[in-house]
This record gives sequence, C-alpha cells and structure tokens, in this order.
Amino acid sequence: MGAAPASRDVTSYGMGLAAPLALFFLLFFVAPLLQLLWLSLHNDTAGLHWGLGQYLHFLTDPFSLGVLGSTLLLGAEVTAVCLVLGFPIAWLYQRVGPKLQTIIILIVLLPLLTSVVVRTFAWIVILGRQGIINATLQSLGIIDTPLKLLYTQFGVVIALAQVQMPLMTLPLITALGRIDPNLDDASCSLGAGSWRTFFRIVLPLSLPGVIAGCTLTYAAAITAFITQSLIGGGQMLFMPMYLYQQASTLQNWPFASAISIIFLLAVLAVVSVFTTLGRMSRGYGGA
Amino acid sequence: MAETQGGRSLVVDAVTHRYPSGALAVENINLDIKGGEIIALLGPSGCGKTTLLRIIAGFIAQTQGRIIIGDDIVDALPPNKRAVGIVFQNYALFPHLSISENVAYGLAARGIDKAARQREAQRLLELVQLPTMAERLPRQLSGGQQQRVALARALAIKPSILLLDEPFAALDKNLRLDMQIEVKRLQRVSGITTLIVTHDQEEALSMADRVAVLSHGKLEQFGSPSDVYDRPQTLFVNTFVGSTNRMSGVVVSADRTAAKVRLDAGAEIIARPAGGTLSEGGRVTVCIRPEHLQFVGDETGFAGVVGMSLPLGATVVHEVTTADGSGVKVSQARIGETRALENGAAVRLAPLAPSLANAFPATL
Ligand SMILES: Nc1ncnc2c1ncn2[C@@H]1O[C@H](COP(=O)(O)OP(=O)(O)O)[C@@H](O)[C@H]1O
Ligand SMILES: [Mg+2]
Repeated sequence: MGAAPASRDVTSYGMGLAAPLALFFLLFFVAPLLQLLWLSLHNDTAGLHWGLGQYLHFLTDPFSLGVLGSTLLLGAEVTAVCLVLGFPIAWLYQRVGPKLQTIIILIVLLPLLTSVVVRTFAWIVILGRQGIINATLQSLGIIDTPLKLLYTQFGVVIALAQVQMPLMTLPLITALGRIDPNLDDASCSLGAGSWRTFFRIVLPLSLPGVIAGCTLTYAAAITAFITQSLIGGGQMLFMPMYLYQQASTLQNWPFASAISIIFLLAVLAVVSVFTTLGRMSRGYGGA
Repeated sequence: MAETQGGRSLVVDAVTHRYPSGALAVENINLDIKGGEIIALLGPSGCGKTTLLRIIAGFIAQTQGRIIIGDDIVDALPPNKRAVGIVFQNYALFPHLSISENVAYGLAARGIDKAARQREAQRLLELVQLPTMAERLPRQLSGGQQQRVALARALAIKPSILLLDEPFAALDKNLRLDMQIEVKRLQRVSGITTLIVTHDQEEALSMADRVAVLSHGKLEQFGSPSDVYDRPQTLFVNTFVGSTNRMSGVVVSADRTAAKVRLDAGAEIIARPAGGTLSEGGRVTVCIRPEHLQFVGDETGFAGVVGMSLPLGATVVHEVTTADGSGVKVSQARIGETRALENGAAVRLAPLAPSLANAFPATL
C-alpha cells in the first residue's frame, strides 16, 4: 500500500494533541468544580451533614438574591454601554484610511496593555471627591460641592465599561470587516439612505459580532472582582466580593461554594441566551 | 409585459478624476450616449473603467467635468437619488435577505407597500426566469442565478441607466454566453440605456451598439464594433481589440487616404493612414490582422519562411519569419483540403486589400 500514511485516520492526531490540555482541565478545572459542588451540599461548616440547606438559604434570603440581581444588572448595564460606545468606533474603523485604523486599534487595545489594577486606580483618581472630574467642574463653577461618583453604581459601570471595552470592540471590528463594502453601495444605489442601509443591512450582518462581544463583555463584567471592589468600595456588594467574604473572612466554605455554583449557573443561563441568539443569527454572517 | 420607460441619454462631459493618492485614474473622458443604447467600456485592467462607472453612479465625485442624465446635471445628487441601477461583479446580493426581499429592496426604500412590492418582485423574477426561487437565500443559488437576481434587483427601481461592472467575468464560458444573451434580451425588452464594463474585447464587440476603448484613463476610440475592429484610430485600439501583426516601415509617399510604406521586411505596400496624416520619410508601424494576410505567388508582397502551422478548427494559423527577422501570423480559412505548408517553406505575403493595413506613426 503505497499510500499508507494518507489512509491513516486524521482524527487520531487531534485526540492525541488535545490530551495535555484535557489533563490540565481535568486537574485544575473539573476537579475543583466537583469539590466545590461536594462542599456546597453540606449544611454545616464542618462538613458533617449532607443537604441542600445552603442553596435554600441563598434562594430564600432577600439580601443574597439582591446581590445576585444587582450583579446581573451591572453586567447588563456595562454590556449596553460598551455596545453603544463600541459600535460607532468599530464602524468608524472600517471607514477610515490605514493610518487612522492603526491609531484606533492602538486606542482600543491600550486598556489590554496595562494592568487592571493600574487602570482601576486611574479611575479612582478621575472619579474621586478631589478627582479630575470634580476639580474641573468646580473650577468652572458648574458645581459647588463635589459630586459623588466613586462608590456608586454609575462609577462602577463607567470604569468597567472602559476596562472591558476591547472585548466588545474587537469582535465588532471583525464582524463589520467581513461585510462586503459593495453591499453598502448596492443598498445606496437602490435608493436607500444611510439609516435604512444601517438598520437593514449593516446591523443584521454584524449581529454575530454583536453577540460575541456582548457575551464576552457580560461574562467579564460580572466577574471583575478588582474593579467592582475598588470602585464600588464597601457600599456596593457584587457576587465575586460576596463570595470572597463568605469564604475568606467568614470561613463559611459550604455557603461560599453554593454561591459559586448558583452564580455559575446564572452566568451560564445568560451566556446560553446569547449563544442561542447567535445561532439564530448565524444565517446572516455567511455567504 | 414590455417595459416602456424609454432609456434616458447619458453624457459624460470632460470628466477627469484624480484620487487623493495622486493617481490620475480618468482623464478628460467625453461620451455622448443616446437613450436605449448598449455601450461597452472596454480596456485592460487598471485603465479606469470602474472609476468612471462609480463616477456615473455617484459613489465618486469627479475632480472635473459633468455627468448629465437625460436633461439633468446629476453631479450634486448622491447615489440614492440618481436612479442608476448597478450590477456588481460579485453581484453583492444581501446574504441575509431572501431572493424576493433582495429584488424588492429598492421598492421598499421608495415606500411602496408590501403587497405591491411582492407582486413586482415576482414579476421581475419571472422576467429573469427564476419564478420559483423567491423564498431562497442568495447562497442557495448558482452564480448565474445570483446574477439574474442582481439584474432583477437593479431593474426593479426602473433605473434610467443600468451599469454593469465586469458582469460576466466570474462565470464559466457556457454560462457567460447564456448571460450575455440574457442581458441583451432584457435590455431590448426594457429599452434601458446600458453601460457594460469589460476587459474582454469579444464581449464588448458582440454585445454593444458602440464600444468605448480606454487606455490609461484616456478614451482611445468611441465607435461601433466594426469601426473599432476595422478602422481603429490608434495603435492601442488596433492591438488591444482582436489580434494583429505589427510591422515597421518608412513612409514613401502619403496623402489623406492612402500611404505607400516600404516595410523593413522588404516590400512596398499601400496602407490606410489610421491616426491622421503621415509625413513622408517618417517611420510607421503597420498593423495587419492575421486573417488579412494572404499568400501570393508572384513577386509582389514580402518574403518569409514558414515556421509552425497550427490547425485551429475552421482556420489554420501559420507562423512566418520575415526577412528582417520579425515574425508574423497568417490565418487561412480552411476551405476544402487546404494544402499543408511545410516547415521551412519559402513564401510571399501581402495584405488582402490596402484598407486592411493600418499605418500609425511609430512610437519609440
Ligand atoms: N480608491 C483608490 N485610490 C487610489 N487609486 C485608485 C483607487 N481605485 C483605483 N485607483 C487607481 O486608479 C486606476 C484605475 O482603476 P480602476 O478604475 O479600478 O480600473 P479598472 O476598473 O479599469 O481596472 C488604477 O491605476 C488604480 O490603481
Ligand atoms: Mg474594475
């Protein structure tokens, strides 16, 4: 058989090559997750009594449900801000010359090149009582007393939106770049104005990018421990910090585990809604 | 079902376009196109055809000159107000809309209600012979079918001018012929003024009422297919349209209608001064098409030695090397039993008629 190597099943290579990563995931992701699940199914901190007590506690406790709700809402707000600000940037990117494109990409990527901690502290400097915004507004005489920007929902949303912006903009740039520029011209030559072209052609065809961007931004925003905690301060409590307090400060590991599992399921639910929407819109991107 | 909107005329008046990068893409183009004509814009890749088309459609604002459609100067109008239909080379169908939505798109933009839109889309799909494809998506259609849809979509808005940018370049040979016939049929039915951009000279000659030949952004000639083929005005047109033999020589004597030229290959022939009058003693390039050369028995014409002979079905092409070392091709119709010429045979050649040899002032 002269063609022996060609007849070999190609999939067997794929499996072998994936083995190290699979092992890694098994050891450091699946195993801790199972341990978490196991822990969460105990009613006492000592881990002696099995039961669903931790879940019942969370789901009947208005405070816990409130934290979950405000975290999911925070994600939605950040995603909305990123989409509204990111779409025009991505749209502009596809319509300017190569020099401006380089500059836009640099600006978009810059947040990724600095540490989250540094960026968050920069926001504290900007939003603080004596921060840049308040100082400017006061010196212009627009306000007398400093606005409360830090430690507010508004502050957290703005800071998170800036931190997560690349996760929205990059998929959008890719999606818009895939749209044949002739479609714009075709629409226009058929008598459509810019708005009709945007809503009937550009937006529907960029939906896969919108969905990818929203999924990434949402997942990143609700789990952003550092930015949430530093900008939100003590007043605002979101799921990651709540979890951390229960585990680290109160040493209530079973409850902390239950929080993680519930949070995980909530995030998965939201993400699967996004992916379902994405699958429904996939017909658009092709051809 | 005849569409009775008579095509409107199109005037391209001294149009010049320089891109911001500095490239002079189109230079002082003048075209006067009558309503209902099919015009081919012919030229090699990069000669400015697409640029001119986009200027007419309104996507590019020309640096100088005017575009006049019917009685209106349209330079100030954006593309969506010009009522110019375009068929793009890659068809540019909207991939997320059904075939019928694609065709109806321009009607929706005009605020025509849904029922009327659907009826009109169906009528146009019947016109392009795709009545059963209305609910499909573009990617479920073959290339030729997509092109028919693109045509129907452009025709739906009842444009005053139809522009097609290299419409058949992506199709295979048989389909291309079908679509050329189809476009010509639709054009006859609708009477719409049509401009087809192509780099394929056969396509231009077979489809168009008149052909505009472009080279490096300049209009070389604008005339009927037989003008362009038989009476080329420039050396470029003569060599780009159809194949030709180029031979050099010196003008012995010349007037407005005929020139006696002494070919370097060693004979005096009468040629047509194609690009204006020629001066005595000046060097010229004489173009003679392979089918316009004949073998002669006597001492007229110039001598050569037969190299390769290629039987190409209805014709046989002989390669002949002349006395000055240059090669010419001779194409002979294969009538009955054509005697095969042997490799190395000495022959003499002459043009069939003086009007079939075109002399141009030699460029270096
Ligand atoms: N957007 C552009 N910017 C700068 N130069 C261009 C642009 N588009 C085309 N050109 C130049 O203009 C000339 C004509 O191009 P084009 O109209 O596309 O030719 P064709 O369609 O005949 O192939 C070419 O030399 C090309 O490089
Ligand atoms: Mg072109």
